[in-house]
Amino acid sequence: MAMTKQDSPTVTSDGLRYIPRGAFHRIGKHMPIRNAHGKLVGITNPRDMTYIHSYGGEALYFESLGEGKLYGVRCNNPACEVTGSVFLPFRIFCPDCLERMTPVDLTEVARQTATVHSFVITERSGAFNTLAIPIKFINVEFDGVCTILMSYMPVGEPEIGMRVVPIFKTDVPDYLVTDLAFVPVDTPEAELPVGYAFRE
Amino acid sequence: MIKFSDRQLKIPQMSRPVYLVTGGNSQFSRAFPEKRTEELCVDSLRMAAGLIGMSMPELKRYIHTAYYGHFADHFGDQLLGEALIHDRLGLDPLGNVGVKTGGATGGSTLWEGLKTVASGYSDCVLCMGWERMDEVPTDEGNHLISCAADKDWETPLGHIYTGYYAVMAQRYWKVFGREEESFRRTMAEIAVKHRNYAVHNPFAHGAKRIKVDDVLASPIVAYPLRALDACLMSVGASCAILADEKTAFELTDSPLRIYIGAGSHTLRVADRRDMEIPLLPHETVEQYTDFGDRFPGGERYPGFTGFLAARMACYYAYRMAGIRDPLEDLDMAELHDAFTISDIQTYEDVGFRPYGEGRDFVESGDCYHTNPHTGQPGRLPTNLSGGLIGCMHAVGATGIMQVVECALQLLNKHAEVHGDPARWRDFGKEKPADWTDLQVKGAKRSLAISHAGVGSHVTATVLIHPDHLLKTD
Repeated sequence: MAMTKQDSPTVTSDGLRYIPRGAFHRIGKHMPIRNAHGKLVGITNPRDMTYIHSYGGEALYFESLGEGKLYGVRCNNPACEVTGSVFLPFRIFCPDCLERMTPVDLTEVARQTATVHSFVITERSGAFNTLAIPIKFINVEFDGVCTILMSYMPVGEPEIGMRVVPIFKTDVPDYLVTDLAFVPVDTPEAELPVGYAFRE
Repeated sequence: MIKFSDRQLKIPQMSRPVYLVTGGNSQFSRAFPEKRTEELCVDSLRMAAGLIGMSMPELKRYIHTAYYGHFADHFGDQLLGEALIHDRLGLDPLGNVGVKTGGATGGSTLWEGLKTVASGYSDCVLCMGWERMDEVPTDEGNHLISCAADKDWETPLGHIYTGYYAVMAQRYWKVFGREEESFRRTMAEIAVKHRNYAVHNPFAHGAKRIKVDDVLASPIVAYPLRALDACLMSVGASCAILADEKTAFELTDSPLRIYIGAGSHTLRVADRRDMEIPLLPHETVEQYTDFGDRFPGGERYPGFTGFLAARMACYYAYRMAGIRDPLEDLDMAELHDAFTISDIQTYEDVGFRPYGEGRDFVESGDCYHTNPHTGQPGRLPTNLSGGLIGCMHAVGATGIMQVVECALQLLNKHAEVHGDPARWRDFGKEKPADWTDLQVKGAKRSLAISHAGVGSHVTATVLIHPDHLLKTD
């Protein structure tokens, strides 16, 4: 059953509670499954549900994408054996010392050094996919970052070693990882997907 | 972590020896519209009991604890499915636990059972795994599988797990395969081998008499991977019975010693940091000092091309079992061939070839039942069941199925089980006129790898005939 805008569920938080409003679930009509002889073998169970999910300490990352910023984190614990390591994907705690890490703005680093480490192009997607087919997955290295970010490339053809730059869905952000994508350097702004920009 | 303490590298100790007594599989299929999961589970238990000449009620009387491997609750829309199966098997009120580690669920289920027997808590445990992947359409199934990636950082990217996995293959293809047509054909050889071995396996649902060109002509899933490079999506169940020495020899004259090591690595490939290669007993540091020169772009370890979890699982399991050189000490193996290229990657993680040289394991003919170049027995045949590409990938059952297949080889029962005309008839299949016994003559030691996702969890299960142990307890 299609959901109308009027029914779209919303959720707010007062810090210790979610406050949901609207229709969060639907049930459809169960239908019998029969075999070639007309014998009942099963049943369908149609329904819609909306999940509620906390970004917790990673919320800064997802908020910042819509503002044209790419944040990583750095371990600043002097007692840690990997102190000074910079991570992207953003993670809350250092994987070695488990101290909370410090957010660092990597937007300029990404503009200057982002390079395709690997990629794959696939014609397939799962249900609920929002990316254009074929999907061009890329994994991106950055100077001074010890990990390799997964993202996608909506413009151009990826190659290992290719220099790319970040673009951000700043127009109407979805607050999802898909608010960030990468395109080859020198891609004209006019070729960016609708809603995406190099800067806010 | 990227550095290990001595305590973390301690070789696991078991308080007493553990044996695999028997095991069984159901038939596997893309769907079973007219069978409930418990029917498949009972089918596997019936086979396990039958192999040791017992009835199911007789065997049940020995079981003290049960471990159930069932990965994807959301596929079947049933939480606590383990409790349902436990009840349907009539095993209440015995203690039982569900195990979920993605594609490694089967291996992890055995790992839990092994520790329970080794500790003395139970003398006999049931380890059973199943998966129900036919209760949603395929594209929704792809979405549900993609939920096994990081749901904030990866799932929204296409809702397709292949995309998160194939980037590793792409890197391997470029760096170690050098994008050579000959390497692409070697990948295809694996699909041919596994689908053709499955022709002789009545349990399998991916049997296909194909040639390399068929693989190369199949639709592209994610270049360079094509449809016939990929594993199956399956429904079915498998089980194994583990026991201590006294109980094992009460149940059968021919139990097998079992050792299991387990490893892990980050759920997101993105989080993998560079580190030194943990060496297997037969490897040396010098082997890899010029690695980056020989394979430009391959400097990072494990990077996108090695499965550290598989390496660590073998690091522990080989030393637990006394294996020095897997190629010398093992007689056959079942590996987690999710894709042809990951099969090649795994040859390196488990030490069948040094890192970067996995393709030679195929090209030499070592991985075949009969080496196609010499006509002689392959040095270390792998995936004679057909593996995930030819036999099945019913996630929670897969790792157990492969251990059961190893056990049948070590017990010299391949023909008895796979060649039985009644079994082919029961499964609604015609036994091929050219059915071939794929028994590895004299097989006494085996390895089975059970592997999750992009390598988040891996177990390495070593089975050894008790007359051919490699170390004293």
